[in-house]
Amino acid sequence: MSKLGSIGARLHRGEVGYDFVGNRKIWYGISILITITAILGLTVRGLNMGIEFQGGAAFTTPKHMSASVSQAEKYAQDASGHDAVVQKLGDGSLRIQIAGIDTDKSDSIKTQLAKDLNVSSENIAADLVGPSWGDQIANKAWEGLAIFMVLVVIYLAIAFEWRMALAALVALIHDITITIGIYALVGFEVTPGTVIGLLTILGYSLYDTVVVFDSLKEQTKDITKQTRWTYSDIANRSINGTLVRSINTTVVALLPVGALLFIGGGFLGAGVLNDISLSLFVGLAAGAYSSIFIATPLVADLKEAEPQMKALKKRVLAKRAQAAAQGDQPEPEATDRSDDDYDEPEDAAAVVGPRAQPASRNRGRGRPSGKRR
Amino acid sequence: MAAPKRGRSASAQSKPGRSLALILIAIVALTGGMFASGHTTPRLGIDLAGGTSITLRAVPEKGQESAVNKTNMDTAVDIMNRRVNGLGVSEAEVQTQGTRNIIVNIPKGTNSEEARQQVGTTAKLYFRPVLATEASSGAATASPSPSTSSSASSSSSSSAKPKATGSSSSSATPSATATSQGRAASDALKAAATSSASPSATASSSASPSATSSSAASAAAAKLEAQYTALDCSKKSVQNTAGKDSTAKDATVACGKVSGVWYKYLLGPAAVDGTDVKKASAVFNTTSAAGWQVTMDFTGGGSKKFATITGELAKNTSPQNEFGIVLDGQVVSSPFVQGAITGGNAEISGSFTQEEAQSLANMLSYGALPLTFHEDSVTTVTAALGGEQLHAGLIAGAIGLALVVIYLLIFYRGLSVIAIPSLLVSAILTYVIMALLGPGIGFALNLPAVCGAIVAIGITADSFIVFFERIRDEIREGRSLRPSVERAWPRARRTILVSDFVSFLAAAVLFIVTVGKVQGFAFTLGLTTVLDVVVVFLFTKPLMTILARRKFFADGHKWSGIDPKALGAKPPLRRTRRPSAPVDPKEA
Repeated sequence: MSKLGSIGARLHRGEVGYDFVGNRKIWYGISILITITAILGLTVRGLNMGIEFQGGAAFTTPKHMSASVSQAEKYAQDASGHDAVVQKLGDGSLRIQIAGIDTDKSDSIKTQLAKDLNVSSENIAADLVGPSWGDQIANKAWEGLAIFMVLVVIYLAIAFEWRMALAALVALIHDITITIGIYALVGFEVTPGTVIGLLTILGYSLYDTVVVFDSLKEQTKDITKQTRWTYSDIANRSINGTLVRSINTTVVALLPVGALLFIGGGFLGAGVLNDISLSLFVGLAAGAYSSIFIATPLVADLKEAEPQMKALKKRVLAKRAQAAAQGDQPEPEATDRSDDDYDEPEDAAAVVGPRAQPASRNRGRGRPSGKRR
Repeated sequence: MAAPKRGRSASAQSKPGRSLALILIAIVALTGGMFASGHTTPRLGIDLAGGTSITLRAVPEKGQESAVNKTNMDTAVDIMNRRVNGLGVSEAEVQTQGTRNIIVNIPKGTNSEEARQQVGTTAKLYFRPVLATEASSGAATASPSPSTSSSASSSSSSSAKPKATGSSSSSATPSATATSQGRAASDALKAAATSSASPSATASSSASPSATSSSAASAAAAKLEAQYTALDCSKKSVQNTAGKDSTAKDATVACGKVSGVWYKYLLGPAAVDGTDVKKASAVFNTTSAAGWQVTMDFTGGGSKKFATITGELAKNTSPQNEFGIVLDGQVVSSPFVQGAITGGNAEISGSFTQEEAQSLANMLSYGALPLTFHEDSVTTVTAALGGEQLHAGLIAGAIGLALVVIYLLIFYRGLSVIAIPSLLVSAILTYVIMALLGPGIGFALNLPAVCGAIVAIGITADSFIVFFERIRDEIREGRSLRPSVERAWPRARRTILVSDFVSFLAAAVLFIVTVGKVQGFAFTLGLTTVLDVVVVFLFTKPLMTILARRKFFADGHKWSGIDPKALGAKPPLRRTRRPSAPVDPKEA
């Protein structure tokens, strides 16, 4: 079995684990640093908005053009009277972008370009965009983003609780800020495809977070009825317990996106495939990070502020101190518990076989395994 | 092994075969439907098939922001459809997107420049007097035409054509209103009795153009007459183009469809302009049992012009007592007139259905509508580039799928026997539904949609991961496989539902709010998310239940992916009570 399998087992039993919640301050710090960098990049460098957001035209010639980039640039400038940006794509075709021209004029420019480049005008693909189209897309995207955030916060508040909804929202904003920041810093071109990718992050970022929250909710169901673990302890275990799953989820999500990026970037050079997958790739990575390092610790922080949880923490700490003083290890006793809230049939758990360990072994799934001392 | 004989575990894993059968039947049925419908590939969008896509945005005039509403947008789409398809391509499609955008997709091989000009301009609507008309298809000419002369007298005028009357509230002559109500009833009756009632002037009309002395006696008359005689409106290519180049001042020929039959018309110069119509609406006339009617309100100048023309027309005999309502060179209706209609409002009655009346009213209104359209984006994709993009998308999808499969094989080994078929079922369902949605709701697969489908591979695979990891957790607790599956399922199910719901919510919001390419992407994402839930519930889980009975899995074979030893499971324990939360009542 793969190594991850046994690591998963150890994580599951709590034998190994990283104290995500305990070290949260470090991660908060890192995140704040990244976010500040992203915002700085955004304000200082700004985004490299594609032709779709400025209005203008983008022409794509057939493959294997003989004309060089500078030649094509000159042709395009002569034909349009505006500055042109020419890119040579992976397959030898040229992408000619001319900002600021009117959609009406584009036809004549296209004809002229076709003549200069010695290709049939029918073989030139053209993207003509009015100046307000990009704004419209962007506005719609923001609108969608806002509506989605409101709805998802309401939903998560109902399905889980408002603290988790808030933490998920923070993680979401965190992901989007980072993604936009990377775009600003690296200078990737922002196109409608980028916007699509960015909007998809919404769903994905939360997808990961929701899986961790789900486990957290399940494990903290009866938290006030015990005194061994604080909320943070359990939150930490939830993250560790779902870590393998989170890694798998992210890898499996990134694999197809990576394939898209490879094909879109490697073969087509540019275009929708590339734009979507690039922002997705960045956003997915940020999303996996934030659901583990930001969202859940944040929930723990919020929860620990509750009077109930404060009291619990006090009890737990007192008990631990007492145990330490006695040099004794708190052995949980589970034999006579009466608050078994599971409605699964008992026989499912009644695994036959000799009992090698003391009856006091506390063994809920994903729960304190008793080895934790 | 534990014996899950009683209680819920028995019922929970009952009938896995039934779910499997259900989804297999669904797949077979959908696939059969796909082949039966003849659409075995999804319809491709412009960016994959090549062609031109134009996005127009409605721009209301100042103070008329409410003019951008659904009715007006639908009318505009209708009109643009006529125009674009009038260019000789039937494949062009026009649809609204969002609240204020119209997308016009013109496949490759069409003159896109001409198409762009066509959709950009505002509609031209005229009222022209009819000089002559004739049905263009053989079937209709054969039927008799009893009502040629006495239009005012009795019910013998069996015209299926609508007629225009002054509305009852107006100051039209009393006699006119009286007859109109009686007639409307008879018309409606007739229309009900003879569905394909042939309209008035057939036999006589071929001779009539020469006699049209009233208004169109000009030098060009002869030429126009020849044009009219040659005109064959049963030809599809002619229908939209016949009256295209006409100007308002000159007489023209045009085609028009009445009661499902195409007619050709010889029309006089425009008498009333579309902008003279202040408002038109479809109303259901309950008082006179005339059924659906279209009422028109004219502007001040319009009502004068309309009074003049109707006064003149009323003196004529059929068909010259008719006026043609000509929209973009095509006659959309040709009501006949009985008397001068003065009061500034008129109604057109006939055997309209609600839809017909609504559509006519929209067209009448549209000429005066404060909606213009602004070209927001024009994308022309050459067929070569489109093919390349499709190719790249498919390759990327194949690579992505292969990578996921390899990952699943390495990490889940035997369990991939469940995961890979589940992915395949998802893929088949997605493909078939996309192919069916092409003709169904006009779904066209574009590049972002392909992207969405590829991204969805991850979402689908993730559901299995959630489920499998839960099962492994249970096995690590020392349970044997079958109880593990049944215990893992309710929890995995909830996680899958919650996370898929979030994903679906994102897709739905994007689909509703956004425009353009984003929508195609959101649609695929939403579709695949729904399919993911279906597949996990009806395929993955039942298959897991069935396979859990196999020795290979139940004994935790080394390659099964659920080998307890490799997972680091604890040695099997026997317990009578199962602890739940990290609870310790003694110390609480």
